[in-house]
Amino acid sequence: MTRTTRANLRKGLLFVSPWIFGFIALQLYPIAYSLRLGFTRYSGMGSAVNIGFRNFVRMIHDPLFAQSLYNTLYYTILAVPIGVVVAIVLALAMNQKVREVSVYRAALYIPSILPIFALTFVWVVFTNPKYGLLSYIFTVVGLPSIDWIGDPHYTKLSIVILAQLGAGGPALIFLAGLRAIPAELYDSAEIDGAGSFRRFFAITLPLITPVILYDIILGLSLGLQVFTQAYIIAGGSSNTAGPLNSLLFYVFYVFKNAFQYTEMGYAAALSWFLFLISIVIALGVFRWARHWVHYEMH
Amino acid sequence: MANEAVTTSMKEPIDVGGPVHAQPVRRFLSRRVVPRVILVLMCLLYIAPFYWMVSTAFKSPQEMTVFPPSFWPHVVAWWNFRAAVTYIPFFRFFLNSVLITAGMTIGAVISNPLIAYGFSRIEWPGRDALFYVAVATLFIPFPVVMVALFDIFSKLHWVNTFLPLIVPTFFGQAFYMFLVRQFLMGLPKELSDAATIDGANEFQIFVRVILPLAKPAIAVVAIFAAVNAWNEFLTPLIYLNSDRLYPLAIGLQFYRATHDVEFNLLMAASTMVVIPVIVLFLLFQRFFIEGVTVGSVKG
Repeated sequence: MTRTTRANLRKGLLFVSPWIFGFIALQLYPIAYSLRLGFTRYSGMGSAVNIGFRNFVRMIHDPLFAQSLYNTLYYTILAVPIGVVVAIVLALAMNQKVREVSVYRAALYIPSILPIFALTFVWVVFTNPKYGLLSYIFTVVGLPSIDWIGDPHYTKLSIVILAQLGAGGPALIFLAGLRAIPAELYDSAEIDGAGSFRRFFAITLPLITPVILYDIILGLSLGLQVFTQAYIIAGGSSNTAGPLNSLLFYVFYVFKNAFQYTEMGYAAALSWFLFLISIVIALGVFRWARHWVHYEMH
Repeated sequence: MANEAVTTSMKEPIDVGGPVHAQPVRRFLSRRVVPRVILVLMCLLYIAPFYWMVSTAFKSPQEMTVFPPSFWPHVVAWWNFRAAVTYIPFFRFFLNSVLITAGMTIGAVISNPLIAYGFSRIEWPGRDALFYVAVATLFIPFPVVMVALFDIFSKLHWVNTFLPLIVPTFFGQAFYMFLVRQFLMGLPKELSDAATIDGANEFQIFVRVILPLAKPAIAVVAIFAAVNAWNEFLTPLIYLNSDRLYPLAIGLQFYRATHDVEFNLLMAASTMVVIPVIVLFLLFQRFFIEGVTVGSVKG
């Protein structure tokens, strides 16, 4: 190592030292610490009592753990593909060549930056069977009135739909992807007589696969963490998480154990399991993506 | 309606270019009219919930119970807004939201450019490998560390203060670091060389040469950090437990402290929560779009 290299190493590390400290103190150490807590019974006060693998054995037999996992996967499996399709549709809309397109872009994008807690309250009022606009429209059109947040069959679907209000964010990324596609590709396809439908599937879709991968990863991560909507619809102080616990998502269950049942040890074990699931799913998606993501677009 | 219309619009084959050799009238329809009709319908779908929020915010309690619901209140109940700010300590919560947002934004604006500089403008062995580790932390969901972090902060006696919300932002967040780094990598190396010849040390180069040039990237970080702090829900929920400290995110729940929810007041308050974000967007539209787009360079 030359003197300049050593000097640069010192300077570089000095500049990134806040991150290194934060990485160790706010991420590495807590992950290790929650693994340790996972082997204890701990109320949050006093000292943690070692109980070996009992928390992990308890998970296997805990019907609420199973239900929270089921609810979370149900939500994620529904929300991710729908989210990708809606974001692409919004991006295509935002890409239309009309003069006032920036107005439409703003209208479609703004909901995605609004606080989800406020959106959920708005959703509760919007879908209210008595004074909601949605149920009124349903009755006018002749559809059965659905209690979107009171009927356990619809609660998760209802949150999936609510999440689509946030599709404007990923849509902007897709829009950037659409605009990076060279116009010549479309021109030559048109000369070959390909219709707009054909052009979309033969040119547009393959070329935006990297963005689709990005959106899937982002969506999976958000899906596994879904919490706020359920907490607000269920009401934090109530005993069940939505009708028949249909909104008991994984993070909601971790939250309840840690901060309502003072079961910090069990909550830590649950959060470690979430860590493992997240890693496995992310690795799985990256492996799977090798088969369908096109990287030839520089 | 939302579900219904979302699925129908998904089936809509949206014309990207439009046929070249079509008849003038057909071409006019397919290029000018059809896209606009679809766009307006989609926007109506996305605006409908907010229209309902504002409309409900202005309805009197009597009008709330009418069926079918009125599309716009017959009597515009302005006083709902006054009732909304007194029903809960709205201004106290608002102030707390502002303080938390300010603290978290300052943290992000100070730490991320500094760290991004170390990850981009200085060549040192292991730099890129360490940066990949930083990017990988994006995949660690916050709930994974939530329980342990709470216990750590509670042992520091930081629970029920703003510290656990604000202090972590001073250690950089992977997404913002990435964003600023992308920008700094694009600045010519000669800038730093010239300053070195003039006898500036690394920190002086950072502050005097690079920071002024990085203003657009820093603005993007500031705006995103502010919006995210304003919207934060889970962290204030776990770390704060007194009325005195709640931000609006937590405070809005008190409209249903009694058996019945005061929906019109809740919507009036929601309107007031949402407006600052919309104003921020309208003021800084360009930065929002740039920020989102930089994030797309790499997944």
